[in-house]
Parts: sequence; structure tokens; C-alpha cells
Amino acid sequence: MKQRSLLMPALVLGGLVVSSSAFAAKTLVYCSEGSPEGFTPSLYTAGTTFDASSRAMFDRLVHFKRGTTEIEPGLAESWEVSGDGLEYTFKLRGGVKFHTTKTFTPSREFNADDVLYTINRQLREDHPDHKLSGGTYEYFNGMDMPNLIKDVQKVDDLTVKFVLNAPEAPFIANMAMDFASILSAEYADQMREAGTPDKTDLEPVGTGPFQLAGYQKDAVIRYQAHPGYWAGKAAIDNLVFSITPDAAVRYAKLQAGECHVMPYPNPADIEAMKADPDINLMEQEGLNVGYLAFNTEKEPFTDKRVRQALNMAINKAAIIDAIYLGAGVQAKNPIPPTIWSYNDAVQDYPYDPEKAKAMLAEAGYPDGFETDIWAMPVQRPYNPNARRMAEIIQADFAKVGVKAEIVTFEWGEYLKRSKAGEHQTVLLGWTGDNGDPDNFLHVLLGCAAADGANRARWCHKPFDDLLMQAKRTTDVAERTRLYEEAQVVFKEEAPWFTIAHSVVFKPIRNEVKEFRIDPFGGHVFYGVDLEQ
Amino acid sequence: MFRFLLTRVSLIIPTFIGVTLLTFALIRLVPGDPIELLVGERGIDPERHAMLRAELGLDKPLLEQYGIYISNVLKGDLGNSIVTKEPVLKEFFTLFPATIEISVCAILFALLIGIPVGILAAVKRGSVFDYASMGVSLTGYSMPIFWWALLLILLFSVNLGWTPVSGRISVFYFIEPVTGFMLIDSLLLNEKGAFLSAVKHLVLPSLALGTIPLAVIARMTRSSMLEVLSEDYIRTARAKGLSPLRVVSVHALRNALIPVITVIGLAVGVLFAGAILTETIFAWPGVGKWLVESVRRRDYPVLQGGVLLVATTVMIVNLIVDVLYGLINPRIRHKRA
Repeated sequence: MKQRSLLMPALVLGGLVVSSSAFAAKTLVYCSEGSPEGFTPSLYTAGTTFDASSRAMFDRLVHFKRGTTEIEPGLAESWEVSGDGLEYTFKLRGGVKFHTTKTFTPSREFNADDVLYTINRQLREDHPDHKLSGGTYEYFNGMDMPNLIKDVQKVDDLTVKFVLNAPEAPFIANMAMDFASILSAEYADQMREAGTPDKTDLEPVGTGPFQLAGYQKDAVIRYQAHPGYWAGKAAIDNLVFSITPDAAVRYAKLQAGECHVMPYPNPADIEAMKADPDINLMEQEGLNVGYLAFNTEKEPFTDKRVRQALNMAINKAAIIDAIYLGAGVQAKNPIPPTIWSYNDAVQDYPYDPEKAKAMLAEAGYPDGFETDIWAMPVQRPYNPNARRMAEIIQADFAKVGVKAEIVTFEWGEYLKRSKAGEHQTVLLGWTGDNGDPDNFLHVLLGCAAADGANRARWCHKPFDDLLMQAKRTTDVAERTRLYEEAQVVFKEEAPWFTIAHSVVFKPIRNEVKEFRIDPFGGHVFYGVDLEQ
Repeated sequence: MFRFLLTRVSLIIPTFIGVTLLTFALIRLVPGDPIELLVGERGIDPERHAMLRAELGLDKPLLEQYGIYISNVLKGDLGNSIVTKEPVLKEFFTLFPATIEISVCAILFALLIGIPVGILAAVKRGSVFDYASMGVSLTGYSMPIFWWALLLILLFSVNLGWTPVSGRISVFYFIEPVTGFMLIDSLLLNEKGAFLSAVKHLVLPSLALGTIPLAVIARMTRSSMLEVLSEDYIRTARAKGLSPLRVVSVHALRNALIPVITVIGLAVGVLFAGAILTETIFAWPGVGKWLVESVRRRDYPVLQGGVLLVATTVMIVNLIVDVLYGLINPRIRHKRA
């Protein structure tokens, strides 16, 4: 198959070498899967939007170290937590420059006012920009920030203090999330005074490694490296997102040298990609978990023996082979192994239909019972084919006498009804937001979520107490111990059948250097280089 | 002629009501809640959910929602997208030129090849050319667009490297939209390579999208031509000793084209439907892809507004076709008048 370097399309496809000097420089083309909803990260929730906005153009007080879930200083150089865990004081970095754009030339460097603007715009309903661009701040609200943050105060130009209503150890990790991307207060003020507040969101200004050079809806997004970036100018000069929704076409573009990096390959193309000498197929376990939750409020799943028995009735290895096609690892804990405090000592239930049958008999169901299995109508990172998976589980259940009917709904309806607890067993999963174990355990299994994201509707006090204790301390060693113990309780109580953590594939061209797979599923191009 | 036009225009009003009612009702009959889809697995607490529904006006009785929608439409306000929060009209007019560009190129491709092939097949009825071209056009008509488009990409872009895989122009050209039509905007850039790049990017999408109309036009031209060629006046023309070329091109073609023009009018609707697939595959930033995405996300304002605008376009094109039809064929105009 014919292959060319990326600069060739200008020659071969464009017909002529482009004369513009800007493009003689290093240009990395990323074939993204869709259009961003917009460019102000706090207004949106989709990963596609974050790739194009927060991850390219903005910074946060703290960052995730590239390719990991570890926290490192971002716009804050350091931070301190008060003894009671209620006050977080951030020392801000000096000398940080905002982007200079057609509409805005910053007169000052980044300071505490920008942090206050960013947080208060989302937090305070009386903030002048709270309603700007129809803002509803779903991620900020989804992470329960309005209940958590009591106040945010400017101590001096380079010091900011957050006062919380209750101790919350994952707070630092939350500040590394996309919604906490720092906007320019000066720019927002100028635009409001000029009577064009909309421009704050339409023509965004950040401090990040790339600045927006142009966006044509559904076609292409262009960025230039921010020359004054505080951590040093990016190794590439230009970054282009070529929006290509079809996975087969993205692959064709990668082969033809029209792009350097593509997300979400078709599983069927993986083998061909492995064999292609021009393509480097990177892979990493995703920060996700797929599970089958038993509705613990409904008979017979109120009895933990039944839940344990069904854990033994399903052939997990067969599911990994048939559904994940090998691109998944068996899950035994509700958190993936890449997250700190993962308890590898936990023993998974063995596949043992005979024992499962005996346990069901012991629980009073010698002839089994009738139930349902809800299967998602969509493909998700943690579950490539829920319908087929449900069929396998249905067959396994039948072997121990449990007759299950497969149920499915349109995706929005599925989420709504399963949240309301209409199911008996439901297939679902989760992709982590901030790399904190709390973001899996508390969000998906805590008592507070028992009529929400906790699809097992499982509220087990000993387990919940461990989580609440872990929230109250910032000592990582202590938190690790608590979460490890919580995982043991979880396994014993078996509110879920944990299925898999899927593997993420990222095909890139050989000339791309230093690319790291982001555990959160994002695409980060600062630090990436091109060999020419 | 005036009354003919008046009748045609007055038909637009019930069609307009039908379209608004149908899109409004259908998207709401399909289960799914835009807010749930926006927040995904994370979920949202019931109070906030209710608040957001109220903000979007989804808590009102359906009839009232429809009334508000229609009165806004009459004021020229199609609302804002639930997802991007941008006005629907603005999004539509950003994307529509791309759809027009690809559709016009596709229909030109279909006409330039379809009509001559149809005429030749009719004139050489029963020949190898006739059978071969009609066989090929039947195949083209039955071809699923997405499959055909991928085949074209694999052959011409990946294996031969003749055309780019997707997009409207090489990413190395930075074109600020002026007209929104890439062929024109790239010319305005005053860089020769840019125009050539835009042309090359148009080849495969036009081919993929034009294949079905091409097949229909070729077959229609052939059968209509055959019918005309057997008319008495053609025999008279031949008996007068006119050259076969003149008989076909002057006497037969004009009448044979009447049904073909109808087909072209109808093809506009087909093109929009085809554009949905073609635009997705070729990453072509047009309204087709935008509408599909709005269904997936239950973005009610985009779907309602977008379908209404597309339907209006189809109605206008068909109105023009009807007028053309009347101009070419006086019998129609006189019958109605």
C-alpha cells in the first residue's frame, strides 16, 4: 500500500506546495471524531469538546501528569490544606500569559481574579456571566461543586483560598478536571463592557499551550502554539483537528498520511493496523469499568447469597473473548488497576455453575427464578456490545436455572429508567473523571447515590462509612488503606458482577513522537513532537 | 401563468404546516430525553432535571409548545441548539453552502453523463452499449452509498493516491469563509493550488452522491427518448431528409427532456437524503450530518428548524422545476390556466 509523509498531501493532493511560511513549520493533524460543542469547557460535558478546548487551549490550577492520573502543579505552584480539611490555599504561578487574539490583548498576567471569575461564574447564580451562552454547568453540578464550595477568596494577587462546606479529599483532583479550566476575567469584563459578552465563549482566550487560529464548524479546527506558554512553547508549531466522524475514513486518512493521530479505531481494523509498518498502534488499559448491577432493593437480589451465586454463574473469560475480542481485561474490583488503592489481593469469584446452583438452592431458589437483564442500546468504551453480552449472560443464567429476559430501551430512556430502579439487573459502566478512587466508589456505590448513579441501589453502611472516612482525610496512605478495605467489603457483598476494563487503542503514524495515551480518554498534544 | 404560479405557491402553506407538525410530533414521539443524553451515565438530580426542562420549555403542554414554536418560526426565530446553544439559523447557513456545493456538483455530474448516455442508448437501442450502460446504471442505482463511497476512497485515495480521502480542502490551506462555497472561496484566496485542492476534494463525494441520480437520469432519458423517437413528427422530420443528428438533438431532445426535468426536481430530495451518508463518510461539513447528529442527541430545535429549512428548499426547487416544466411544455401551462 502506498504511503507518504504528511507534508506530501500539499504536493500530491493539493497539487502544489503551499507557499505560506506558516505551514513549512511542524503541523500535526489529528483526525478527531466529532465537532466540539463549543470552546468554553465549563459549559459542556463531552470528551470531544474537552480535546478541542480545555486540553489544548486552557490550564487548570493543577494538572494530570501527561499519560497518568497523578496530579502535578499547573497554574498553582503549590497548595496547602487546613487541618480540618475545609480550606485549600493555592499559591498561584507568576508570569503566566494569556493568549493574544484579534479581539483581545491582555494588559496583565494571570492572577487570582481569573480563578475567582472561573469558579464564581459557575457557582453564583447572581454572577453577571452565570447565564452567558445558556450556561448550566452540568459537570460542575454533576461533581456536586455547588454544595461543596462555600466560598472562594482572593488572599492576594497570587493566592486563592477555597472554603469547603465539608472535608472532601478528592477536591484537588476535581480542580484538575476540565470544568475548572481557567478563563480570563479581564477578557470577560472587556467583552461585557463592549456589549459583546458572547465573544467570551465564542472567541476563547486561555493560558494553554495552543491558541485558536480558526474553526470551521464540522470541518476543521486550527491552533497555533502559544509563543509565551509558561511551561515552554509546544514542540509542534501548528495543531489541526480534521473532523472525521467515520472510523473507517479516519483510518484511510491515517494510511494516506492525511492525519497523524486518530481516535477510536474500528475493532475490525486493529489487526491491519498492527501489521502496517507506518503505523504505531499504541494501547493502554482504559480508566473504566463495565459491570452488571443487581438491583438490591428487589427480591431475590436483596439476598447476598443470590448475588454471589450469580457472580459464579457467569463465564467472565468467555465474555472477554467474545465481546472485547481480547481488548479487555477481567475486572474483579469496581475500580481499574491503573487507579491508586486498587486492591490486587481481592479474589474474584470463580466460574463455578455447580456451586452457584447449590448456593441458589441454599438461598431458597432450588429451581432458580425469573429475572431480566437490561442491555444498553449503544456501544460504550467499557462495553462494545451490550446486547451480545446480555445473550451470553442469559445463557449462563439458564444453566443455573435462572430464566432471564433481555430488555433494552433507547439510550436516554435506558439511563432514566435504570436510574429510577425499574430493572432487576442492568448492564452499565463508567469512565473515570479525575483518577480518584472516590470517583468510582462513592459515585457508583455510595449511599448518597442509591437513587441515582448507584444502579445496584446498594446502601451498605460498613462500606459507606469507609468511603466517608476516606473523604475526610487527605493522607493518601490512610485513604489507600480505607479504599482497599472497601473493595474487600464490595466483593463479599457482590452488588455487581464486575465484567471488564477495556483496552484503549490509539493508532498514530511513526513520525509522531512522545505521544501518550491519556487514561481519561482525552487527547493531549502538548509535549508531542513530529519527526520530519 | 399567474394562476398556475398562485396554485403552486398556495400548496406550499399546507406542506409547511405538515412539515412543522410532523417533525415536532415525531421527535417527541421517539423516546429519549435531551437532558439525560447530555449528562450520560453521570445522571442528574430530579430537581435540576425539572429546572432544565423548564428552561428549555419542555415542561409545557405539547400543544402550547407547538404554538410557541410556530409563532417563533413566523417571527423568523428557529430557536437555539440545545447542545451548542447557538442559533439554529446561524448554524444552518454556515453549513448549507457545503451541502449545496456537493449537491450541485453531484447533479451536474449526473446530468453531464446521464443525458448523453441515455440518448446514445436510445438511439443505439438493442446494441451492446445500450445493454451495458443500462446494466451499469441499474447497478449504480442499487448501490448502497456508504459502501460505494468507502470503495471509492480505498481505490482512489488509499491505493492510487489520486484524490484526498475526505474534507473540503487540504488542511494546509487556511480559508476564511466568504461565500461558504469552497470553490469560490479558494479562488478568492488567489492561490492556484487552493482551487485545485478544493476541486480534488469534490471529486469523490460528487461521484458517490451523483451515482443514483445519474442512473435514474440515464434510464429516464433513454425511455423518454425512445418514446419520442417513435412519434409521427420525428418520422416526418426524418422523411424531410434532416440529418439524424439534427432530428435527435433538435426535434426529439426538447420533448424527451420534459420528464427528465421532473426527475431532476425529485432528485433534489434524493440528494438531501444521500447527502446525509455522503457527508458523514467524506467528513463534509453540511446540513445532512448536522441533522443526523441532532436526532441522535434529541436536539429538538435543530431537528425542527433544520428539517423545515431543508423542506422549504426542496419545495422551492420543485416550484422552479414546475415553472420550467410549464415553460418547456406549453400544454401544461394552458391546461391549468
